[in-house]
Amino acid sequence: MTNQYETVFIMTPVLSEDQMKEAVSKFHKLLAEKGAEIVFENNWGLKKLAYPIQKKSTGFYYLIEFKADSTTVKDLEIAYKRDERILRFLTIKLDKHSMAYNEKKRSDKPKVQKTEA
Amino acid sequence: MSAANSEIRYLTPINVDVKKKKYCRFKKNKIKYIDYKDPEFLKKFLNEQGKILPRRLTGTSLKYQRKVATAIKRARHLALLPYVTDLLK
Repeated sequence: MTNQYETVFIMTPVLSEDQMKEAVSKFHKLLAEKGAEIVFENNWGLKKLAYPIQKKSTGFYYLIEFKADSTTVKDLEIAYKRDERILRFLTIKLDKHSMAYNEKKRSDKPKVQKTEA
Repeated sequence: MSAANSEIRYLTPINVDVKKKKYCRFKKNKIKYIDYKDPEFLKKFLNEQGKILPRRLTGTSLKYQRKVATAIKRARHLALLPYVTDLLK
């Protein structure tokens, strides 16, 4: 059963820019191997956490939206758990309302940039 | 004269509380999905300790209160909102 999912993960702030990209590409590869189609991704960058996690007060947030089989999520979450660079993760299934919301949000953003430019 | 005496007069006009009818902002604005990635919006449904406000205060309908609750809990998990705090606002 193919569904659309959205996953957000928080990486430790001790990583350098390249290390962070390397970590992201690892999950990209994993998704590609499972035949997932990446719909959207967004790097939120370094953000302050609302409360400390593993004694860290900041973290790199990264969001990926993808279409995949339900078994893929399980493999992805196992990979998250095994990876020490990941502080937190959340994967949710998108229903039609959330998909519409995300779509709208994405289509709104470029418009703003256009008016600025 | 008797009629004038029986009339009670107040120095200040008494407040007749016209209760403003509460409404569900999601139903009114036709919002179908509540985003957990927007902590600033979700803060409207939290008190200063970061607890979720009850429906009787916010006026949210049951259907959307549940969605607000899940969105807040997801945001808390991702450290976008605190679990416990003081002076959130």
